[in-house]
Amino acid sequence: MVQRNNLDAASETAFKRDLVALIPHLRAFARTLCGDAAAADDLAQDAILKAWDARSSFQMGTNMKAWTFMILRNQFYSEKRRSWRQSQLDQEAAERTLVAADDPEAPVALDEMRLAMGMLPSEQREALILVGAGGFAYEEAADICGCAVGTVKSRVSRARRALHAILEQGAYDRDGSPAGEAMRSILSDAERLSGPR
Amino acid sequence: MSPKKDALERVSFPLMNDPELSGPISPDPEPNIDEARLRQQAIGVKLRQMFDEIVNEPVPQDFLDILRRADDKSSRGGQV
Repeated sequence: MVQRNNLDAASETAFKRDLVALIPHLRAFARTLCGDAAAADDLAQDAILKAWDARSSFQMGTNMKAWTFMILRNQFYSEKRRSWRQSQLDQEAAERTLVAADDPEAPVALDEMRLAMGMLPSEQREALILVGAGGFAYEEAADICGCAVGTVKSRVSRARRALHAILEQGAYDRDGSPAGEAMRSILSDAERLSGPR
Repeated sequence: MSPKKDALERVSFPLMNDPELSGPISPDPEPNIDEARLRQQAIGVKLRQMFDEIVNEPVPQDFLDILRRADDKSSRGGQV
């Protein structure tokens, strides 16, 4: 179906400029949903095209970031429904990404965090990312996920507890470093990052 | 320098070097709550770092190309 485009040229240019500025954020959100970097870029591109095609239905002046994140999320779950094997592949994909993105210079704790995130149920992971990293208010995250504000709050809080437990126990299956190592390394990194610059 | 300030410095400095005690020093009767909060903050910092790292990656050319192609289509009459 072709969406009737009734934007004037100036609005179209402004829309496109804003959409381009959101690409890095959409890529980051897609990667946290998919795990796999290549699949994530495909998802982000699909979402960007969908947003472009739907540009005349966007209310200028409203939150375009939330609007595009919602499109991307809907796209992710509709593809996921089509592929019944996806849930089994999630964990493998997360691990492939880690191998692909393996940079000896990267701090170890970041890899541990990615693995631990990969172990969370996807609705907890997306809630935590939207609120904890994407800069969305609980209300905006609830709109994006199509659920109640209280549901987002409880998902975020469960995600935080689960993440803490996973990192503390070293419950992710990887290099056999001692339990608690990841949490210690995350704590020391956080101290360094939040210290005086 | 007042003897009181001098004494404070002597007390606080070794605490800062002790990883077990480097959290916020407070009279909180429940040190575990402080500890848990500190850990949650550290996880939050790491989470944002993980996200921002991807945000700061250069955008692959395909992303700009798909919008340019979409643009060409719409300027040729809107058939997608």
